[in-house]
Amino acid sequence: MAFISSGYNPDKPMENRITDIGPRSFEEFYPPVIKKNKGAWDYHEIVKPGVLKHVGLSGDVVYTVRVGAARLMSVTHIREICEIAEKHCGGHLRFTTRNNVEFMVETEAALDGLLADLASRKFAGGSFKFPVGGTGACVSNIVHTQGYVHCHTPATDASGPVKAVMDDMFEYFQSMTLPAMVRISLACCLNMCGAVHCSDIGIVGIHRKPPIVEHDRLDNICEVPLAISACPTGAIKPAKVEIDGKKVNSVAVNASRCMYCGNCYTMCPAMPLASGEGDGIVLMVGGKVSNRISMPKFSKVVVAFIPNEPPRWPTLTKMVKQIVEVYAKEARKYERLGEWAERIGWEKFFELCDLEFTHHCIDDFRDPAYYTWRQSTQFKFTKHIEA
Amino acid sequence: MAKHQTPLLDQLETGPWPSFVSDIKQEAAHRAANPDGVDYQIPVDCPSDLLGVLELSFKDKETHWKHGGIVGVFGYGGGVIGRYCDQPEMFPGVAHFHTVRLAQPSGKYYTADYLRGIMDIWDLRGSGLTNMHGSTGDIVLLGTTTPQLEEIFFDVTHKMNTDLGGSGGNLRTPADCLGQSRCEFACYDTQDLCHTLTNDYQDELHRPAFPYKFKFKFDGCPNGCVASIARSDFSVIGTWKSDIRIDQDRVKAYVAGEFKPGGGSHAGRDWGKFDIVKEVVDRCPTGCMSYDGAKLSIDNANCTRCMHCINTMPAAVKIGEETGASILLGAKAPILDGAQMSSLLVPFVVVEKPYDEIKEVIENIWDWWMEEGKNRERVGETMKRLSFQKLLEVTNIKAMPQHVKEPRSNPYIFFKEEEVPGGFEHDEAAYRQRHMR
Ligand code: SF4
Ligand code: SF4
Ligand code: SF4
Ligand code: SF4
Repeated sequence: MAFISSGYNPDKPMENRITDIGPRSFEEFYPPVIKKNKGAWDYHEIVKPGVLKHVGLSGDVVYTVRVGAARLMSVTHIREICEIAEKHCGGHLRFTTRNNVEFMVETEAALDGLLADLASRKFAGGSFKFPVGGTGACVSNIVHTQGYVHCHTPATDASGPVKAVMDDMFEYFQSMTLPAMVRISLACCLNMCGAVHCSDIGIVGIHRKPPIVEHDRLDNICEVPLAISACPTGAIKPAKVEIDGKKVNSVAVNASRCMYCGNCYTMCPAMPLASGEGDGIVLMVGGKVSNRISMPKFSKVVVAFIPNEPPRWPTLTKMVKQIVEVYAKEARKYERLGEWAERIGWEKFFELCDLEFTHHCIDDFRDPAYYTWRQSTQFKFTKHIEA
Repeated sequence: MAKHQTPLLDQLETGPWPSFVSDIKQEAAHRAANPDGVDYQIPVDCPSDLLGVLELSFKDKETHWKHGGIVGVFGYGGGVIGRYCDQPEMFPGVAHFHTVRLAQPSGKYYTADYLRGIMDIWDLRGSGLTNMHGSTGDIVLLGTTTPQLEEIFFDVTHKMNTDLGGSGGNLRTPADCLGQSRCEFACYDTQDLCHTLTNDYQDELHRPAFPYKFKFKFDGCPNGCVASIARSDFSVIGTWKSDIRIDQDRVKAYVAGEFKPGGGSHAGRDWGKFDIVKEVVDRCPTGCMSYDGAKLSIDNANCTRCMHCINTMPAAVKIGEETGASILLGAKAPILDGAQMSSLLVPFVVVEKPYDEIKEVIENIWDWWMEEGKNRERVGETMKRLSFQKLLEVTNIKAMPQHVKEPRSNPYIFFKEEEVPGGFEHDEAAYRQRHMR
């Protein structure tokens, strides 16, 4: 390999330097029909799952084909996306917030050609490259984080569980049979880069062991006061530890106060807490961000721990499917998962979905916990109450 | 022959959903074959080694990435995340594997030309693997070595007229929904506002001066497609003030079945004939709609703009003409003290270039948070610690009932000294004259 210079001169870093220019302007990228009708769209229809038709006040029409994608994408795959955009869409395309790709065309003939082309493309392993779906009352693509692919704090993987869950949810991605949209998100630790706390189904990686404390190097590589102040529960105290007859500064962790958030590890690499046997997934459901009918809601913990079972996470996928299927059967039209659970009551939700209610599901974290307990005699009798 | 055996990952190649494993393998094969004769500037086999390290993680159920190191480009405090493998001898191709974040165009519209240009740079100087896109919105280029960072920065700025995104304690790359570009519900131009603020605040984006990260997200309407209320410190959500517009002829067309409810959003199941009273009027959360068999009416003064009627009959029922946005503040993930959504701060603001009114709110908040915020404290936590009242004070906003879901239910009220006649001082002598000890 021969080093190829971009033109950057390390001796004069400011020479020809361009900074603070921000992103390219969106105006450069709009397809012509979008540019022309911006701010003047009349209405839309979903022609079939994954195909939107927007009609402008001008009478113009644009068809959008939404395809699912793995967020992790290669240069080769993106070049193929570009090739499709050039072949069918005048070289334009867009990505959605939920990692879908959208191709836009203006005529039904072009739409048919595009759909046929997309359907024909598969990866060598057999999976679809461009599955069409993700519109209306469906399970759309999963918003997720890095996992084992590229982060230092995950308690589970991201791409693996997402692939496994979406394989299982595929029929719901490609149809519109649910009472309302179901938004699934995954975050591989409590940092929640993906902020999944308001999702219909949130899959969250959690650790379950307090951190290891590497006394022999902690004081050398970490600021002890920073590590101590990083802990939200005050579980970390300064400590003197003897190593080879020498007293060194370190910390001690009060295991019973630790909730395994990993914040100390973020501040101090000598406090790792990942553990193959300890780590796993918590399942949270019933959140939403839309204001439709009811206000936005937080997701609630319904399964406190699911072990990591790579490569296909069978317990996780089974539980997600179980919840989606019961919801599909029981909820009313337009009712989001959380709205349904609130209408029937969470005790009923646990019974119908056949999920075990454990003590972990009762909030005990600070003041807000009290407001989730039941200050009422109104409840439903379910199998949980023994005669 | 694959460089590493990946029996676990191979099981993720089956099933209908696009397989990231197949895609990485495709890239590994492409680099090995090198049909375009690229003089790869980082190890050719990094996609293979990424599969190798991932396979090991699947086996161990633990990540093999170390704590990031501080790497970056000259003059910027963010945009690059240092990443090192903890098994560099087994996987030398990914021993140093830093992430580069690029600022995505608002609305995430692209041309093939532009994307290809970015990909050519990344093919030459990086792993050939990306995230489209990161959780915050950036184009994420996944894995390169330290000597390539300045080269990549030089190439993307010079050839692609594109800058890095944010990371660390600074403004993160703002993101928006597609808004007016293709959505009839949008109440303002999300793309223009997002792009303008991103450019106006480049200094805050590249040079960390904040206690912690700060995110802007822009939703065009209360449907919240970019989840700003959950995923951004500063959430701008489109809304309107004037009456919802109703086209009564089209309402009749929905009732007659000529338009499908929700544009066909529920067409996959037989839910029976569209029933406007049951599905729209009775589901209105404020009970402010009525239908007399011919005409749909809305008592607009009691509508909370939830979008249900509009979503259900998009051709007939439309947002009011006097549009703007609500500003909410303080969403964050659970670390440290529990998850938060943004809370309503400005019920209505007109969204017009050059957006001075919005920028004034932003800058007042930043001044306060940079002064009062603790290290690694999100603004939502500062609000909780110092009170909503304090936030109102620093933003010069008057308290109003819209700020709360309900008034407080405890009487532990902090009065300001000037609100109490005579201040906090007692006249002790006079008190004792009235009351014997
Ligand atoms: S959620 Fe946590 S583990 Fe996952 S990518 Fe973000 S910080 Fe890393
Ligand atoms: S993991 Fe979290 S709760 Fe436990 S010691 Fe570290 S910072 Fe404290
Ligand atoms: S948030 Fe509203 S305006 Fe924006 S894309 Fe979604 S529905 Fe349309
Ligand atoms: S927007 Fe919501 S609250 Fe307003 S009339 Fe329609 S359904 Fe009722």
